[in-house]
Amino acid sequence: MLAPILLFIAEYMADSGLPSEQADIEDLKTRLSWFLSGASLIISVPALILMTAHVGFAGLASENGVSLAQATFMVAAIWALPANIVLIGAISGGYSLVGAAIAVALSSIRLMPMVAAFVPEMRGPKTRRIALFLLSHFIAVTAWVMGMERLKHVPRNMRTSYFAGLGVTLTLTNTLVVAIVYFLSTDFPPIVFAALFFLTPMYFLTSLWGSARDRSIHVAMVSGLLLFPIIHQFAPTYDLLLTGLAGGAFTMVYVRWVRARDEMS
Amino acid sequence: MTWQSLTDWWWPYLFILLAGWLPTDIWRFIGVLIGGRVREDSEALVIVRAVATALVAGVIAQLILYPSGSLAESSIFLRIGAAAAGFLAYLFLGRRVIVSVIVAEVILVGGLSFHF
Repeated sequence: MLAPILLFIAEYMADSGLPSEQADIEDLKTRLSWFLSGASLIISVPALILMTAHVGFAGLASENGVSLAQATFMVAAIWALPANIVLIGAISGGYSLVGAAIAVALSSIRLMPMVAAFVPEMRGPKTRRIALFLLSHFIAVTAWVMGMERLKHVPRNMRTSYFAGLGVTLTLTNTLVVAIVYFLSTDFPPIVFAALFFLTPMYFLTSLWGSARDRSIHVAMVSGLLLFPIIHQFAPTYDLLLTGLAGGAFTMVYVRWVRARDEMS
Repeated sequence: MTWQSLTDWWWPYLFILLAGWLPTDIWRFIGVLIGGRVREDSEALVIVRAVATALVAGVIAQLILYPSGSLAESSIFLRIGAAAAGFLAYLFLGRRVIVSVIVAEVILVGGLSFHF
């Protein structure tokens, strides 16, 4: 439980620029309340969906001879479910350290543009870079979708506190979920797992669509959805990265076209 | 060096850090460096956001079309049909996430129960 406290302090120091002690205490109180407000999102549909996905991960880890402590360490240290699944595959496939690292790196490249798009959304006027580095660890797809949806309703200088609450709570809770499920070696019939695994794409699909602030996001989504199966046929290793680049390029063509049209009229 | 190269208790943890944590967080840190240079109202942010959104849409397509685990045994047409119906329900029944999830799950579980 030390991690969130340390993080909160680091992050508080990073954003605080007020001179007087009284103002500092007021500021800390406001930050704490936004931190807790972010943390309270643990009781939400997307957070529950992510927990169900981690129920499946606990089963996968135990089937592949990864111990309880190792599995929970993986979840907290890596905090990206696809990377964890790839790493388990590499371990059970007897990959070398370098081979496993390359496989994981390929599955995690997607985090780079995601974080790059998230940072301008999250940072406050006085946020230090070190705070952003610390907080970036908690950005994975679910937290990204939730953050993109909700950060715009949070005051600019409170956004890092809010996301710290959300990100740290999501990570710690799911680490705990993996430990408990692994310990109890809970088993469900396959149809339950199938139903659980289907929750994630449906949540991403609808919440990403709903959180879009303009039509270009919808164009990017549709192009990504349609391009992925085509690109997957030709370049299965780089399919996600190429989908992002090609879908992004198509979206920019659309954005330019809309601008040109609006200038003409 | 593989997962089983050393029998010391710490080796698996070092393996996880070097083969899991490092190649994942390195991209996040590069993302922070790129995002730090991007201004809120700039064209660059529009581009980065478009790429990131298309990429997440790719993740969604991957989860529906090429899932792992128990879902992989179901028919691809059932999964596409359930996802499409769920999304249409979202669009036309008040834009509620929960509505789309329920519609998609009812179709998926119904189809699986009848071994479709």
